Amino acid sequence: MHRPMSARSSTQLAAQSAARLAAQLPAHLHRDPAWRGRIMACLLTVFIVWPMLVLSEFKPWILWDWQSLSATGRFLSDFLVPAHDPEFLQLLLRETWQTVAIATAGLALAMVVAIPATLIITDRLSISALGTGRTRLPARLLRQGVRWLLIVLRSVPELVWALLFVRIIGFGPTAGVLAIALTYCGMLGKVYAEILESSDTHSTDTLLANGSSRLAALLYGALPESASELMSYTVYRWECAIRGSVVMGFVGAGGLGQRMDESMKMLAGAEVSSMLLVFVLLVALADLFSKILRRRLG
Amino acid sequence: MPTYHLQHLTVRHRGASSGAPSGGPLPALGDLSLTIEQGEQLALIGPSGAGKTTLLATLACAQQPANGTFTMFDQDPWALGEAARHRLRARLFLAPQTPPLPPRQRVVTAVLAAHLPQWSIWRALASLFKPADPQAAWQALARFNLGDKLYSRVDRLSGGERQRCGLARLLLSPAEALLVDEPLSALDPVLSELTLSTLREEAAARNATLVCSLHQVDLALAHFPRIVALRAGRIAFDLPREQVTPQMIAQLYQGEPARPAPPAAPEPETLPVKPGAGACL
Repeated sequence: MHRPMSARSSTQLAAQSAARLAAQLPAHLHRDPAWRGRIMACLLTVFIVWPMLVLSEFKPWILWDWQSLSATGRFLSDFLVPAHDPEFLQLLLRETWQTVAIATAGLALAMVVAIPATLIITDRLSISALGTGRTRLPARLLRQGVRWLLIVLRSVPELVWALLFVRIIGFGPTAGVLAIALTYCGMLGKVYAEILESSDTHSTDTLLANGSSRLAALLYGALPESASELMSYTVYRWECAIRGSVVMGFVGAGGLGQRMDESMKMLAGAEVSSMLLVFVLLVALADLFSKILRRRLG
Repeated sequence: MPTYHLQHLTVRHRGASSGAPSGGPLPALGDLSLTIEQGEQLALIGPSGAGKTTLLATLACAQQPANGTFTMFDQDPWALGEAARHRLRARLFLAPQTPPLPPRQRVVTAVLAAHLPQWSIWRALASLFKPADPQAAWQALARFNLGDKLYSRVDRLSGGERQRCGLARLLLSPAEALLVDEPLSALDPVLSELTLSTLREEAAARNATLVCSLHQVDLALAHFPRIVALRAGRIAFDLPREQVTPQMIAQLYQGEPARPAPPAAPEPETLPVKPGAGACL
C-alpha cells in the first residue's frame, strides 16, 4: 500500500517539476542570443552588396522586357539556320584556315623551345646521378632556373600575351602565334618532363649504365616508353591552341575569333552559329587524329 | 692486367632508387676483396638477397662504393671526372635480370641499341628511321634462336624471348667486361644451356671478362671455371670449381629464412619498403 503510493507520487512530482521548469524559463532565455547577430549580418550584406549591384549595373529584369526578349529571340532563332551563302562560306574557310595555321604554328614554335627545356629539367637521364644518386650543383641550378622560366611563361595567360603583342606588333595572326608559343612552351615543357618521369625508367637507366649519352638514352629508352602519351598530350594541346586562338581573336589576334567578335557585335546569330559548328568540327578532327596516332603508336 | 680489383670494399644500399632500406645496420656488401683478370669467366652464386645484383651494379659503375678500393681497367672510376667515368662505362656491358626493353620498341632497334655508346647522335637518330645494321642484329638474335623475331615488337615477345633479346644486345656490344644478372630466370633447361654456352663462347672469342650471377648452382659449376659465393653481402668462398664441395654449397644456402638483415626482406617494424622494388637495378 505504501510503495505504489510513493511510485505514483514520484511520477506526479516529475510531471509537476517539468511544468514548473517550463513556466519558469527565465525571460532572458526566450531570446536566441544568435538572433541579433544574424539580423545584423543580413543587413550588413545588403548594405555592402546593394551598392555593388548598382555599380555593376546588375538589372536582371531588363532581360525580360519586351525589347530584350525579342532581340534575344531573334539572335537565337538565327542559330537554327547557320549562315551558308557562298560568300560567307568562303570567308569562313579562309578564317578557319588562318585559325588552324595560328594554332599549328604557335604549337610548333612552342615545341621548338619546350623539347630542349624538357631535356634540361627532367630528373631522369642524369649521368652524374648514376651510381651516386646526387646531381651536381650547377646542373641543379640550371634545372631550377629553366623550371622557373617555364612557370613564368605558362602562368601568364595567352590572352594577356596576345593583348601585349597586339600592342607591340599590331592586329593580326602574328600576335596570336607568339602568344600561343610562349604560354604553350611552358605547359608542354612541364608536362613532357612529367610524362617522362612517370614512365618506367629501367631501359633508360640501363642504357645510361652501359655508357650511352643522355640523348641516345632518351631516343632509345624513354621515348618508346612514353611516345603515345607525349603524342596524345601534344594533339590535345593543339586542340586547346585552336580554342585559344579563337579567344585571342576577340582582342584582334586574327583568325575565326576576330570574325566571331564582329558577328557577335552585329548580332548575326546565323554567322556565329556557323563558326561554332566549325569549332566543333575542328575539335572532333583533333580527337580523331589523336585516336589514329595512338593506335599507330600504342 | 686485371679487369677489376676490389679491396675491402663496402657498398651501402641506395635507399630511394633500389627500394632497399637505407642507413640500415648492415651494408649491402661488406669488406669485399676480389680480383678478376681480363678474359676470366666467373659465376656469382648465393642465396637471394646476398648482394649479387649490388655487386654487379658496383662492377658496372652504377653504384658508388662507400669504402675500400675499386679499380676497373686499372683506373678508379670514382676518382675520374664524370665524362671520363662515363667513357669507362662504354667499355662494359651490364645485362640486368629484367630485360631493359621498352615494350613498344622493335626488337631490331632494341638490339642495335648496343651500339649507342659508340654512335653519334645523328647515327642513332638515323638508325631509328632505318635500322643501321639489321644483318648484325639478326645474327645476334639467331644465336639465341630468335632470328625470326627481328622486326617484331618487344611486347609481342614472351618473357624468355625478351630475356634472350636483351642478351642479343650484349653480343652486339663491343664491351670488354660483360656483367650478366641471372640470365636464365625465364628460360627452360635447354635454352639455359644454349644461353650460357653462347655467352661463354662470345666472351672467350673476344677475350672479354664475363661475370654472371646464377641461381642454378649445377649450371654454374658446369660452365664456369671460377665460382664466387656471396652470403649476406660477404664473400663466403672464391674458388676454382674443382674445389667447391657439395657441403660448401649446402652451407651457403642453409638457414635461408634466418639470415641477418637481408636487403630484399627488411624488418617490417623498422622500415616501410615498397614491395617488389628491390630486386633489380
